[in-house]
Amino acid sequence: MTTNPPKLAELQLEYEQEPSLLKGDSPGKEWLDIPVEFRDGNWCHAAKPNVIEDLGFNNPRKWSPEDEDWQLEEGWQKKVKNGMKERLDKFRSFKLFMDICVRCGACADKCHFFLGSGDPKNMPVVRQELMRSVYRHEFTWSGKIFKGLVGARPLSEEVLKEWFMYFHQCTECRRCSVYCPFGIDTAEVTLMGRELLNLAGTNINWISEPASNCNRTGNHLGIEPHTYKNVVESLAEDIEDQTGVTVNPSFNRKGAEILFITPSGDVFGDPGIYTMMGYMMLFEHIGLDYTLSTYASEGGNFGLFSSNQSMKKINAKMFHEAERLGVKWILGGECGHMWRVVHQYMDTMNGPADFLEEPVSPITGTKFRNATSTKMVHIAEFTADLIHQGKLKLDPRRNDHLKTTFHDSCNIARGMGMMEEPRYVLRNVCNNFNEMPDHTIREETFCCGSGSGLNTDEYMDVRMRGGFPRASAVKHVKEKYDVNALVAICAIDRASLPPLMNYWNPGVSVYGLHELVGNALVMEGEDERTEDLREDEMEDLDSESTSREYDE
Amino acid sequence: MKVIYPLVAVLLLALVAYLGVAIGLEYLFGVIIPYVSVILFLGGFIWKIYDWVKSPVPFRIPTTCGQAKSLEWIKRDELESPSGFWGVFGRMSLEVLFFRSLFRNTKAELVPGPSLAYSSSKWLWMAGLIFHWSLLVIVLRHYRFFLAGVPGFVEFLESVDGFLQITLPTLYITDLLLVISVTFLVLRRLASAQMRIISLSTDYFPLFLILAIALSGISMRYLDKVDVVAIKVLVQGLVSFQFDAPGGIGGMFYVHLFLVCVLISYFPFSKLMHMGGIFLSPTRNLANNSREKRHINPWNPEVQYRTYAEYEDEFREKMVKADIPTEFSLPSEKEKI
Repeated sequence: MTTNPPKLAELQLEYEQEPSLLKGDSPGKEWLDIPVEFRDGNWCHAAKPNVIEDLGFNNPRKWSPEDEDWQLEEGWQKKVKNGMKERLDKFRSFKLFMDICVRCGACADKCHFFLGSGDPKNMPVVRQELMRSVYRHEFTWSGKIFKGLVGARPLSEEVLKEWFMYFHQCTECRRCSVYCPFGIDTAEVTLMGRELLNLAGTNINWISEPASNCNRTGNHLGIEPHTYKNVVESLAEDIEDQTGVTVNPSFNRKGAEILFITPSGDVFGDPGIYTMMGYMMLFEHIGLDYTLSTYASEGGNFGLFSSNQSMKKINAKMFHEAERLGVKWILGGECGHMWRVVHQYMDTMNGPADFLEEPVSPITGTKFRNATSTKMVHIAEFTADLIHQGKLKLDPRRNDHLKTTFHDSCNIARGMGMMEEPRYVLRNVCNNFNEMPDHTIREETFCCGSGSGLNTDEYMDVRMRGGFPRASAVKHVKEKYDVNALVAICAIDRASLPPLMNYWNPGVSVYGLHELVGNALVMEGEDERTEDLREDEMEDLDSESTSREYDE
Repeated sequence: MKVIYPLVAVLLLALVAYLGVAIGLEYLFGVIIPYVSVILFLGGFIWKIYDWVKSPVPFRIPTTCGQAKSLEWIKRDELESPSGFWGVFGRMSLEVLFFRSLFRNTKAELVPGPSLAYSSSKWLWMAGLIFHWSLLVIVLRHYRFFLAGVPGFVEFLESVDGFLQITLPTLYITDLLLVISVTFLVLRRLASAQMRIISLSTDYFPLFLILAIALSGISMRYLDKVDVVAIKVLVQGLVSFQFDAPGGIGGMFYVHLFLVCVLISYFPFSKLMHMGGIFLSPTRNLANNSREKRHINPWNPEVQYRTYAEYEDEFREKMVKADIPTEFSLPSEKEKI
């Protein structure tokens, strides 16, 4: 009887004793001959019929991936094939990546799911071959003539099941694309794969329901405006209780200078809420004229994980609300995939944002020249500038109880190229910061194992395996530097890394960058601080050892 | 099977040419097939590029591998996260000429703990680079057959390539390197379980084909010597559209020529098109400036999203009660919307 996830000792034993392709053991057959097997912990719940209807996807019904019969519609193959053709014509990336892979194997051991499972189909090249084999069969003459000899195969229900499994064992983290000599990005293939799965009516609920909620209420969790306001205000009260400083967030306020949008996970999820408190304290400290919106109350965008259309639809609210409120520009909170969308898609999909102004920090006068068109600035850029210009009063000793390391989120590192800004902020708000080993940070960072809408409980088995490379790197610094705080600038990280750490590295907690900023801020009129935002004891600031570090 | 079939196919192809010429089909192998294959190569190459280019690039999706342009005091990495044309030019040059991304390659190992360890792994990069550069030099050296005189750059290449001055005729380093690197590229596919499982017959076929071409070429030079002057006459005839096939060149030459014809005919319809494709890869050839300069998607779809007005209509009462500002108050003015 297996449990989901397996007990740590069992999984460790499996890693050490069971044969695995990662260790060089051959599975004894071709990947094509390995059947797809759904078992507890390796599949996500199917999308509920009402959610599918709401999103306008095909074939709403009650079903489960474990079912023998998936109740596919008559003619689903044709829909998928036509969908493939359409996407090959619309996305050069997709078409090119179907054609030019030489299977050199550079990507094979770069995927966290492969490193955590040893499953041949989790090698990025094979994940692409799942799709490419069908592409060859349908769209190339050699595939049509030579079939299996050149790696072509027809689209069958078995293939669809394989797609369902393995395009949901890819977090679209793009690590493989860093190493590919042609820059082939498996995320592009997975994105297309998931769109095609939508056409066949085989979606997962954890992605579809938030996308549907977001459309109606403005956020993934389906929180209505009055509740959103209540929760933020209760966080403001917590700040007052702990620091004695009153912060006054405003909602849907016209005429504010800046609209602040962050993932709803920062408002509703522990430990994201502490990051939210950090933002509010920072804004109070610098006297920022900003407003939150209950309508655009979601930075995240689960549309990215299901279809281009949903992504655009969900994202459209940001500019729409910024225009309605008449703000000058938009400031965005800490989030990974939100920023992939904002940085690489938003302006193209929903711009141009002519009604906004080129962003200038009202505190420092710095122009954010890298955001002159989209007019949306990342909070780490914003804060790094504040610190650099000496506008913040910080006492990093207040984070001396934390020995930190920094987890680059995939989308921020590989989809934006933001590596230094968060590190600069971190170094200025805490005294103990150590990097994880080479090849596990910056552009080579590992996914938390639960990105791209897979951070659901029924998927723990896959998530704990997929998170193993990240956990393994954290373990290294935990043993070497006593690291107890894993700092991340991503809401999915803040939701998914805590269970990962509990599983692999108990004793390491997960923090948002601006939570540490909030801890370190010396605010006007504050009470004496002895506890951090989570009400954990800070180190005694008067003791000699810590103040010595501060003097350096 | 994945290995045997392509190997047998290459041997059969070689045999076909050898026997074909032996029974007097020199004209077919010396004139007709070369023309057909050049047409297939050029036509196929252009068609494939056109086929790719007609699909647009809807989004700007570079994979950023270094610090982007940001605040002025933050050091940026133009080659790994280019912000404009010259950065992209540099990045692409490094990719095309030196296989930058492959240079990053690492090998992951599961070590006791269990934990993962990564070490730099440059073998594939090195073999790939040696293979491609050698192939380029060899192709350029063959240019001597196409012109009446021998161009200066070919003589230069030959002298550098043959600097060892051992054996007679002089051993070309690139011949040696090509054979060694192709052999390595074959063996690495066979040596590891990961590579065995991902390799297709279409991965072995071009390697065997290139190896056979190289070996037949080398054997003509050192072992089964052929009439080089006659070959030059043949090639000159081909390039000046005189359709004669001189006799008495030797079977090995036709094997060599035929396999080259097979290779270039196969080229546009296979993975070998990575040669053209790399220039078009959107994760590498685009600047990372999408917040600074709007990228246009030619098919940007119209999407119905839920507007603020619709949202307020649903939640107005709750919003008013919670003191959240609304566009319209309750409920008398509601019909205005």
